[in-house]
Amino acid sequence: MKKKRKARGGALAVLPLYIFTLAFVAGPLVYMLALSFMTRAETWGVVPAFTLRNYQDIFQPVYLATFWESLKLAAVSTVLVIAIGYPFGYFMAKLTAKWKKRTMMLLMIPFWTSSLLRLYGWIIIFRAGGVLDSILSSLHITEEPLKLLYTYPAVVVGMVYALVPFMIFSVYSSAEKLDFSLVEAARDLGATPFQAFRTVSLKLTLPGLLSGVILTFVPSMGLFFIADILGGNKVVLVGNLIQEQLMKAHNWPFAAALSVALLLITTLLLFLYRRLSGVKELEGLV
Amino acid sequence: MKNRTKLPNIYLGVILALLYVPILLVVFYSFNESKISSVWGGFSLKWYEALFRDKALFKALGNSLILGSASCLCAAVIGTLGAYGMTKARLRTKGAVEYISTLPIMIPEIILGMVFMAFFSLIGIPFGMGTLVLAHTAFCIPYIFMLVKARLVGMDPSLAEAALDLGASPQRVFFDITLPLVAPAILSGMLLAFAMSIDDVIISVFVTGVDTNTLPVKIYTQLKTGVTPEINALCTLLFGAVLVLCGLAVWLGRTPKNKQAAGENPQPAKNNRR
Repeated sequence: MKKKRKARGGALAVLPLYIFTLAFVAGPLVYMLALSFMTRAETWGVVPAFTLRNYQDIFQPVYLATFWESLKLAAVSTVLVIAIGYPFGYFMAKLTAKWKKRTMMLLMIPFWTSSLLRLYGWIIIFRAGGVLDSILSSLHITEEPLKLLYTYPAVVVGMVYALVPFMIFSVYSSAEKLDFSLVEAARDLGATPFQAFRTVSLKLTLPGLLSGVILTFVPSMGLFFIADILGGNKVVLVGNLIQEQLMKAHNWPFAAALSVALLLITTLLLFLYRRLSGVKELEGLV
Repeated sequence: MKNRTKLPNIYLGVILALLYVPILLVVFYSFNESKISSVWGGFSLKWYEALFRDKALFKALGNSLILGSASCLCAAVIGTLGAYGMTKARLRTKGAVEYISTLPIMIPEIILGMVFMAFFSLIGIPFGMGTLVLAHTAFCIPYIFMLVKARLVGMDPSLAEAALDLGASPQRVFFDITLPLVAPAILSGMLLAFAMSIDDVIISVFVTGVDTNTLPVKIYTQLKTGVTPEINALCTLLFGAVLVLCGLAVWLGRTPKNKQAAGENPQPAKNNRR
């Protein structure tokens, strides 16, 4: 009797979440899927006539190249993020409790600061005759300005800078649980430092590392404003392509098909993550 | 031996310093007299003056604050009730709905923005603050939902049961027992959600109306076109606000030492029972 009443109260409490989720999350996603099979109207809007053309269009060399470029940029950024973020998260877990807290605070401040503000800082650095150029020329390393703004490396730096905190947080939350005496035991039993790291530390922090990879790889394909601001028009990502198709070309069905393709890639990555790490929840997400 | 412990710390220090370089440069150049950022023309506050005369920027800031608070509050109500209901109700669709409701923070933001734009124009909601709040609420819910749910799972069920046995109505139990116990989780979820909302560019660009700019959207368009040092000044003020908020968070978390412990892990709640 009491159980039943409790369950009914629970059902009442989930009602807003159910309604909102179905109406404003599931609904839009289903509509996107439907939209991707519709035909673009001559001038404006869409005609509900079934077609596969939008998906065929993705396989045009121009668009395939964009996907390829995006994946490549995401891969490069992710590798750099691992190289910088993994040691950071790992070393941070070895600090004393007091310093852990301080380091966390120091990480949180830039993380909470507007991402545009931080991008703007990079514009100041990379601009022709900007900070980097003045430093390099005053040290007589380069004579000509490098003109790094609106180049590929600038976009990579922007991506790595924006995404490295996610890697740090997830590696840290994994490494924090690591019992460092296991590493010492491996060393005592004759393992070299590298062997001990590879067989013990790396294995046990793998879930954190992998979730960090997901948290950097997935967004880096969609962060069109970084490519926009630091790359000018030279670097076009899938994200830029979708935005362009929506806002400028007004080809919504094609934008929807591109989104579905991007979503499929994302889902595949999440699936691989689960298979590889055996963990369901992403570590360090919240 | 000593060197081995020092090297990692140097590494941590260098990376942390690098994280701050772009921010500090923006702060530094906001006090620059010259309009060109590579030339130092002496100390000046003129960009701050220009900033305070810019009505459009203040309007955008106001919009961002309204948007952040509104979507945060909506998400707090829906997310908290949802998390509470999910632990109580036995519905077959629970897993699926829970999965779908967390999708907004799992899938790339660009897709979410695209999807909302298409959907809102399909059902004919005029673009503006309304669409912004709906879209932001969608990605604020998961943060609150996940944190509150984790807290509820770690909570001792016998507390609520005891209250029920003593004759309290389920509503009373929710408001007097459950809600105060999950309050820290709700608050930290809201803080996180607010930070995400106030910084969001991608989704806002798609669902904003012609005349409701949020601050990030406004800064984004300005960065794309011509940059004025006014933006430096604005960014410096925003950074100052973040510093103050972080300081506040530290201060709030530090003073009552035992209170903080109770807020952070569920164990003390268990001890109270005895």
